[in-house]
Amino acid sequence: MIEAQGLTKRYGRKAAVSGLDFRVEPGRVTGFLGPNGAGKSTTMRMILGLDLPTSGTVTVNGRRYQGTVWPLHQIGALLDARAVHPGRSAYNHLHSLAAANGIPRSRVEAVLDQVGLTPVARKRAGGFSLGMAQRLGIAGALLGDPGILLFDEPVNGLDPDGILWIRTLMRSLAAEGRTVLVSSHLMSEMALTADHLLVIGQGRLLADTPLNELIARDAANRVEVRAVDHHRLADDLRTLGGDITLKPDGTLLVTGLDSASVGELAAARGHVLHQLRDVTSSLEDAYFRLTENSVVYRTPVPA
Amino acid sequence: MNPTLPAERRHSMPTRLRATARSEWVKLWSVRSAPTVLAATALVIVAGAFVLCSGYRSGWASMSASEQAAFDPTFTSLRGIELAQMLIGALGVLAVTSEHGTGLIRATLAATPQRAQLLTVKGLVLGAVVWALSTASSFAAFTAGRHLLTGPVPHASLDDPGVLRAVLGGGLYLTLIALFGTALGALTRSTPLGLTTLFGVLLVLPLTAGLLPGDLTDTILPYLPGEAGSQIWHVKPPSPHSLTPWHGLSLLTLYVAASAAAVLTLHRKRDA
Repeated sequence: MIEAQGLTKRYGRKAAVSGLDFRVEPGRVTGFLGPNGAGKSTTMRMILGLDLPTSGTVTVNGRRYQGTVWPLHQIGALLDARAVHPGRSAYNHLHSLAAANGIPRSRVEAVLDQVGLTPVARKRAGGFSLGMAQRLGIAGALLGDPGILLFDEPVNGLDPDGILWIRTLMRSLAAEGRTVLVSSHLMSEMALTADHLLVIGQGRLLADTPLNELIARDAANRVEVRAVDHHRLADDLRTLGGDITLKPDGTLLVTGLDSASVGELAAARGHVLHQLRDVTSSLEDAYFRLTENSVVYRTPVPA
Repeated sequence: MNPTLPAERRHSMPTRLRATARSEWVKLWSVRSAPTVLAATALVIVAGAFVLCSGYRSGWASMSASEQAAFDPTFTSLRGIELAQMLIGALGVLAVTSEHGTGLIRATLAATPQRAQLLTVKGLVLGAVVWALSTASSFAAFTAGRHLLTGPVPHASLDDPGVLRAVLGGGLYLTLIALFGTALGALTRSTPLGLTTLFGVLLVLPLTAGLLPGDLTDTILPYLPGEAGSQIWHVKPPSPHSLTPWHGLSLLTLYVAASAAAVLTLHRKRDA
């Protein structure tokens, strides 16, 4: 389990992460979601004791990372797939990390096999494609057979096969009872992989919630309705407390009322409806509404 | 999930240190740069003896009496060290900065979060390798010089006063330079900055000090790290102002210890 309390990191006067409180629980994939620059990587580096918090604490299995004697048995991390010496072979890269935690060579061969790099184990890592480098990074994370795994943007730059492989791996690691924290700015990927979400924007925690609930909560009380006389229906719905947006095709988007209340009102007032449906929300929608006010680098949307 | 560690291993300091040392040992030999630089170092030290000693033998007759009196056969045989120290120092710098340059340092620290231990062990592993290699190379260079300095040219023997100390001193000096480079690498965390600082201290400072008015040169030059430390592999002091061999080596050790202390103090607070 990973636990953060009041975790804050400032660079000069700018806060990269401020006052994060969260727990990452075992047995599920926790998605760490946020736009670029939101503080995801900073948080992960603090979990691993690489960056020191300005204030607050973060512990791994109840202990500060720096106080862990054989950390690879507790937590394995993929931070940056390119963080290898380009002249060192995949095998020797893993062997040097394994040796640092007293992990035998047989385990190096086992993880190479698990990620499918055995045929290129003796090749220089500098010549690896991004996909192979990601696999090497994941092999490094798995070396100590740890109960906690951190993956920072693991599917970046991967082909569909690679993405599917990582998704399946993360799901099976969580199914084995491990704690899995995976950061991404790819909402579609999170929707397929995560059970639970930590949403972060401008260094602050915006949501700590099961994936389903985040989507459900966002979709709740949003109804699309098409009526013959949409102007009169809009007026009637407003009196009931609904917030109405009129789309160009005459469809009304109603927020604040559920489909039952809209249908009952329509029947009571004699409206002829052509369509009445709940609006399903995607994770993407939910995410944008959460981070609307916290995007650091927003590009102007062409009109 | 099931950390397969024998319980007694978990908190044993010697076991932890051995694991760190093994990791650094694997890293040192698994890229081409270190073995190449080490081989080049041995070559430069031994080849230096051949070039310089045959030069003195052929030019001996044309040297003045005072030059002949000041001739130090041991120092001349070992003088390849002056070039070798640049290679060894750079190897020390790169041992740290190459990890920062690639980002590998994060994986290294994730496996070994004990930063002070990591840097100390890294320095000691490199230092031990450099000591063994450069001590052997110094003996080889001395032996080569012994056979090349013939006829009227005086030669030294290991039994002569100070000679064995000077030959062993070659290994000690280069070991300290390797550690100095490692400390500079850890302080700067940047290959260009680390190398510039190293060459600045070993090359530019002595040259600059040499350009100062005579008195000032005599006051400053003997106390510079390279000049002070190199007295250990001289048998005849190069100048009346030179420190004694052991004082000089102690002063270089002090410089290295001070830079190591700076590294270990700063590393507690710096982000990786």
